[in-house]
Amino acid sequence: MAENGIGAPVRRKEDKRFITGAGRYTDDINRHGQAYAYFVRSPFPHATLNGIDKAVAEAAPGVLAVITGDDVAEAGWGGLICGWMVHNKDGSEMKAGSHPVLAQGKVRYVGDHVACVVAETYAQAKDAAELVEVDYGPLVACTSTADADKDGQPQVHDDVPNNTVYNWELGDQAAIDEAIASAAHVTKVDLINNRVVPNAMEPRAACGEYDPAQDSFTLYTTSQNPHVARLVMSAFIQIAPEHKLRVIAPDVGGGFGSKIYIYSEECICLMAAKKIGRPVKWTGDRSEAFLSDAHGRDHVTHAELAMDADGNFTALKVHTKANMGGYLSLFASCVPTYLYATLLAGQYRTPQIYCAVDAVFTNTVPVDAYRGAGRPEATYLLETIIDQAADELGRDPADLRRQNFIKPEQFPYDTPVALTYDTGDFHAVLDKALEVSDYSGFAARRAASEAKGKLRGVGFSCYIEACGIAPSAVVGSLGAGVGLWESAKIRFSHTGMCQVLTGAHSHGQGHETVFAQLIAEKLGVPIENVEVIHGDTEKTPVGMGTYGSRSLAVGGQAISNAADKIIEKGKKIAAHLLEASEADIEFKDGNFTVAGTDKSKALGEVIFEAYVPHNIPQGLVEPGMEEGAFYDPANFTYPSGTYICEVEVDPDTGVVTIDRLVAVDDFGVIVNPMIVEGQVHGGLAQGIGQALTENCVYDSAGQLLSASYMDYCMPKADDLPNFEVATTKTVCTHNALGVKGCGEAGAIGSPPAVMNAVADAIGTRISMPATAEKVWRALQANKTSQAAE
Amino acid sequence: MVSVSMTVNGKAVTKDVEPRTLLVDFLRQHLSLTGTHVGCDTSQCGACVVHIDGKSVKACTALAMQCDGVEVTTIEGLANGGDLHPMQAAFREHHALQCGFCTPGMIMSAVDLLENNADPSEKEIREWLEGNICRCTGYHNIVKAIKACAQDMRG
Repeated sequence: MAENGIGAPVRRKEDKRFITGAGRYTDDINRHGQAYAYFVRSPFPHATLNGIDKAVAEAAPGVLAVITGDDVAEAGWGGLICGWMVHNKDGSEMKAGSHPVLAQGKVRYVGDHVACVVAETYAQAKDAAELVEVDYGPLVACTSTADADKDGQPQVHDDVPNNTVYNWELGDQAAIDEAIASAAHVTKVDLINNRVVPNAMEPRAACGEYDPAQDSFTLYTTSQNPHVARLVMSAFIQIAPEHKLRVIAPDVGGGFGSKIYIYSEECICLMAAKKIGRPVKWTGDRSEAFLSDAHGRDHVTHAELAMDADGNFTALKVHTKANMGGYLSLFASCVPTYLYATLLAGQYRTPQIYCAVDAVFTNTVPVDAYRGAGRPEATYLLETIIDQAADELGRDPADLRRQNFIKPEQFPYDTPVALTYDTGDFHAVLDKALEVSDYSGFAARRAASEAKGKLRGVGFSCYIEACGIAPSAVVGSLGAGVGLWESAKIRFSHTGMCQVLTGAHSHGQGHETVFAQLIAEKLGVPIENVEVIHGDTEKTPVGMGTYGSRSLAVGGQAISNAADKIIEKGKKIAAHLLEASEADIEFKDGNFTVAGTDKSKALGEVIFEAYVPHNIPQGLVEPGMEEGAFYDPANFTYPSGTYICEVEVDPDTGVVTIDRLVAVDDFGVIVNPMIVEGQVHGGLAQGIGQALTENCVYDSAGQLLSASYMDYCMPKADDLPNFEVATTKTVCTHNALGVKGCGEAGAIGSPPAVMNAVADAIGTRISMPATAEKVWRALQANKTSQAAE
Repeated sequence: MVSVSMTVNGKAVTKDVEPRTLLVDFLRQHLSLTGTHVGCDTSQCGACVVHIDGKSVKACTALAMQCDGVEVTTIEGLANGGDLHPMQAAFREHHALQCGFCTPGMIMSAVDLLENNADPSEKEIREWLEGNICRCTGYHNIVKAIKACAQDMRG
């Protein structure tokens, strides 16, 4: 291993600025002459927008402009888009509805964007926003995921009958019905996957700037994918041609999906900047984040798992209603379809799977990908129904899973839901998790808990996820509007200093360190001589950004491929310098050596020669040392894991305490184990949050009840245990690095592990989150029913 | 406008501000000390924690004019010249940060914890952090860093 190369727990290069307060997030950036924007948002979940009187606001102190939907229409802008076409069962296209940048004619959720006030100070803009007089005609709201497509519900979009965006299916329904009818045992569940809010700690922010001399725009914004933002703003919203729009995503304080999408606020900052001829900044507060950041999950599902007399899974049938909110967000349509139904095989050999998904509009904040995106929902369903089946059959939940696992010798494995798993060893992962969690000691621990009046339960979850999004041809055939490759450029200077330019974007993942480690490994360059540059459309090659645990598996592989080109070119130069045949040159640890001799040239010498080619014959190579690569993966990557949770429940209060949470993951090759553990910890916390504390609640009228940290329970340090994290390794077969991705695993695997443990402890399955009140009520209901018996 | 004077990271400052100016806005907007962050509007996330006269305070919950005459230390003033404060070093060593947004508040809060309790148990650390939210780390490595720092500082 090269020093600080692949496998080393290198301390992060980016940390110095963050621990000293020198990070530079969007709101930290102040441009000369900057004005401030504040948005008028709908207080109604559903209303006609009859008129806006902005005269009083315009006359308020410091106000520079008030922008409404009419200004957007006048500018000829298009609306916000959904970039993934999903087709109905009958082959027709989904109904996406409209998604204006500022509301036109109607508002569709509390928080919907109605107008923007621009003023000299933030306070003046906020004050004047109160003076914008909006004539709303309140309508009854549609809020229920389960009921949204029923007759008589309020219509969110007039051109989307029954609020139905699509009725989609995967699989052969008739065959599944037959398999279920002939099964020895069928387990049925009805599940709700609760709506949650991503809550990156940095609220979204944007600063728009217009340069009349160049007729060009610059946007600083909290984005996970600045090039995608530029593409959408240019090609679809038509703010400016791509070469006249620079998007910079500087330090970004977490994303978890919510900063993938292109939002109204950043578009309007650009419009306002041009209108007033000054930079315009908007910084959301936390309440606005709750009211306007895309939410996650929100599924209602009925599922049936069929088994033969020996407990072998024979068929799985799933029907899910997925809430899209008031508008169709950028990737919303693919989350409950291609990122969900395709994962329903899980780690199992279930031969037949059918999934139908109805996506519905409601008068709520749009829902889109949140850490895991579809895969947590699939895992929650599968790992709950299997646990329920084990209960019904009186089987050990680990044994029933193991019996149905895909076997190590069956890889590559074609699932019945369109994926080909390239590699994995689920038995090894489970074995390790059982060992680390001391499963054999559980009975004794349960007895010890009972002796002190507590209830103890253990829960399993065996997940698989499709990461490294994604092979462009595959996603294109499924409806994606873009290719999902990634780009990289490696640029050396005369003195051998290295810049790595990547289309991926780091908002906490540690790319500046991990990508430098790849360079250290491949090229032998010390990591302190490597600078990773990302997040600026004017500096980096066009890239697709960071989500879906793709940065290393796709972006990292692009870097690795670019490094191979550096070596290839370097070999030509070294061969000339060493008077040897190019075929005899070997590259290792930063040195080009003539095979079998001690004749060698360091990479630095070769780079210098490339830039000062006084002795290079014409035509041997171009001068300079800069190579780029675009990498399009051949398949998804398939991290998998087994999570085991043990909880202790206080029957008097219903409080659930996590005693231990063991996460064993197979991430393939790991570049920085310290960072990987950190990613798992964070995912676990978010998954446990969904399972135990977090819940996004609308009342039946459509008001968001949980719109602050007073009402939405974020997991705190004393809600969580220390995590026990371990790994096993099967190497990804289709990228040269052998990596799989780790960013979402924790959030995918943990909710069912926790909920199965709670169910084991209290003897009842309840819905997420398992709050003390809900657990206590379930225990009281159990007592009542036992007494009745 | 009111005139407010205080000592921030060892330097005396005086500014005219609107009476409604929060301390955090005074630091970020008027003094360009942008290391102190704002992550919520209900005084819960703790990204804005600074020290006022040596005690940790949420800078979003104090008006600048309330702080007239006090000594404020922000994350920018914690290191001693080029030498990181042991808590800063511990956060890096134990990977107690990812996106870095909650980090300044976490560190300032943790420093105050050790002022009050040189040898906190894990439970005491977790309870102390009630007022600081991190969405990235699951707190595991933050707790580890604070424990390790306490041990180092005790020597």
